[in-house]
Amino acid sequence: MDVLLLLADGMLLSLQPLNLVMILLGVTLGLFIGAMPGLGSVNGVAILLPVTFLVPPGSAIIFLAAIYYGAMYGGAVSSITLGIPGASTAVATTFDGRPLAQQGRASLALVTAALASFIGGTVANVLFTLFAPLLASVALSFGPPEVFALMLLAFATFVGLGGDDIPKTVFSICFGLVLGAVGFDQISGAPRLVLFDYNGFLQGIGFLVLAIGVYGIGEMLWTIDQTRGDVTATTPKMTIKGMASDTKEAAKRGWKGTMIGSFLGFFVGVLPAAGATPGSLMSYGVAKMVSRKPEEFGKGSPDGVAAPEAANNSASTGSMLPMLTLGIPGSPTTAILLGGMVIWGLVPGPRLFVDEQEFVWGLIGSFYISNVAALLINLAFIPVFIWMLRMPFTILAPMIFVLSIAGGYAATRDMFDIWLIVLFGLGAFFMRKFDYPLAPAVLAIVLGPIAEPTLRQSLLLSSGDPSIFFTRPVAGPITIIALVLIFLPAIKVVRRMRDERKPAS
Amino acid sequence: MRVGELLTAGFLALLSLYLMWKSTELPIGYIAGTGPGGGAWPFWLSAIMLISCICIAINWWRGTSPASQSEDPVLDRHGWKSLIFVGGGIIVFVALISIISMYGAIAVFLFYYIWFLGRHGLILSLAISLITPVALFFFFEGAMQITMPSGLPFTDPVFNFLYEIIY
Repeated sequence: MDVLLLLADGMLLSLQPLNLVMILLGVTLGLFIGAMPGLGSVNGVAILLPVTFLVPPGSAIIFLAAIYYGAMYGGAVSSITLGIPGASTAVATTFDGRPLAQQGRASLALVTAALASFIGGTVANVLFTLFAPLLASVALSFGPPEVFALMLLAFATFVGLGGDDIPKTVFSICFGLVLGAVGFDQISGAPRLVLFDYNGFLQGIGFLVLAIGVYGIGEMLWTIDQTRGDVTATTPKMTIKGMASDTKEAAKRGWKGTMIGSFLGFFVGVLPAAGATPGSLMSYGVAKMVSRKPEEFGKGSPDGVAAPEAANNSASTGSMLPMLTLGIPGSPTTAILLGGMVIWGLVPGPRLFVDEQEFVWGLIGSFYISNVAALLINLAFIPVFIWMLRMPFTILAPMIFVLSIAGGYAATRDMFDIWLIVLFGLGAFFMRKFDYPLAPAVLAIVLGPIAEPTLRQSLLLSSGDPSIFFTRPVAGPITIIALVLIFLPAIKVVRRMRDERKPAS
Repeated sequence: MRVGELLTAGFLALLSLYLMWKSTELPIGYIAGTGPGGGAWPFWLSAIMLISCICIAINWWRGTSPASQSEDPVLDRHGWKSLIFVGGGIIVFVALISIISMYGAIAVFLFYYIWFLGRHGLILSLAISLITPVALFFFFEGAMQITMPSGLPFTDPVFNFLYEIIY
């Protein structure tokens, strides 16, 4: 009861004129920043951090959290309309969002993404409100073996569920992980994999460099080649009636993915260092696994859009939890938010809920209001995003190339990375021709820098004994499920070969 | 496609071998007291990449992948033409950035693509090629405060004029 009263107070606080303006402004800015390839919530929050010194700390954090919310909604826009995930959290959204857009059903994809994001955000807010201290203690019990097991599970969803060529999928995952290892060894600090002795590789290869190369250049070249430059399939129409029927269809065909994403995303988001990317990927995998029509995934299933979108929004709220209760950021964006709080004289940690009650509940109340504002603003802008898709392809394609290069530079500020984007784009074009799945590589480059140190720390803890991943109560079951998923396709192949031999004999 | 798939697998196998060799610059075994060496993670992952390439080659030999059964060329005449014109255009676009600035390169690339490749009208092509870089300038330099490459000094007067509007 106390919690509900505090929440009501918090909501009233966030509805004060200044805070409400901050929420609306933050969500709108976040939506457009998130929709821009190359820019995500991190850029938005970091760039606009100085603006917040003009308002009181409570309004400032509400503004930044609203940008975060808006950007998470906006990430889906570039994934669906342009086929370029602006942030790693939106990679899984391209799997089904882009095929839907190519079928002329971008409106359905965008509405599904908006509704799933809203429900994901709401579920996360409720869980956050009710179980914040409890979940924080659970998250703390996750050590390196548990986090590594979770990473293994994220990759297993690709291998175990894909109908694709398994060796090519495995190659893609490992390639992404190796690219993520370029630069410096995180533990010893020694230069590592400085390819062909180019000093540019010393700074590592960022996720965006690979993602923009693969999706912004490679996929576009492939589309031009496949369609002979005549892309006429995408002529989406936008009417009020059509949007209403899309909403109905999204609710009917995307509810399962939304529910899975909402709960799974929140749980993964709560874990320090895990964040929304593995959450969205796992939700996609689980949604496909439990679906009655798994064959529709990857071809334009609303559940395939709903699951990662619900998950990444839910995880964003979830990642605020360790930041506020423990002072541990769950994602790069929350790390900046944490920095902002420290600048404003607030000390995140267990005492924050006691010492700064008004601030904490004002922030939690603003999550609810931001979520509603983000949904309404997003739905209002869908016609604008759809209009973009109605452009002739010979105008849209060069625009995408330009946004890819300019967005890539904005994110990295290095011409070496721009040349890498072009190189990856051309490489991705040829790999795509031979059916190499490239999304696993893009996700692996994000998860690699989390997976490697946790593996090494775990093996150090156990003096090199890998049984540490099987004997711990949380890591054990996760590792076993991951291994089953990894070896499932191999078992299926052996069984199929045996069955083929039987009639012959 | 059939030959292409094998050649791609061969090239990727060589890349895997190179990455394995490069990883050995750091220790790849277990070091007592410090855990696995810095090269272990990329080395063993590259080894799995190599094994995957061998499996891809076996699948090619068994003819199980669609590409291994196809006698079509990897790229036909149109494919090569679009790759050279579009891919080449992107390479020239990136090369121009350090000469005529990001925004100048964007204008040239958009005009080349929309007018020459897209065969749209001259006025439409010019309008899009000029409005887009100006809009991007105000978005990146003004709103986001991100400075893009400004090219060689001869572009300074244009940038000075635009910066005066922002500041």
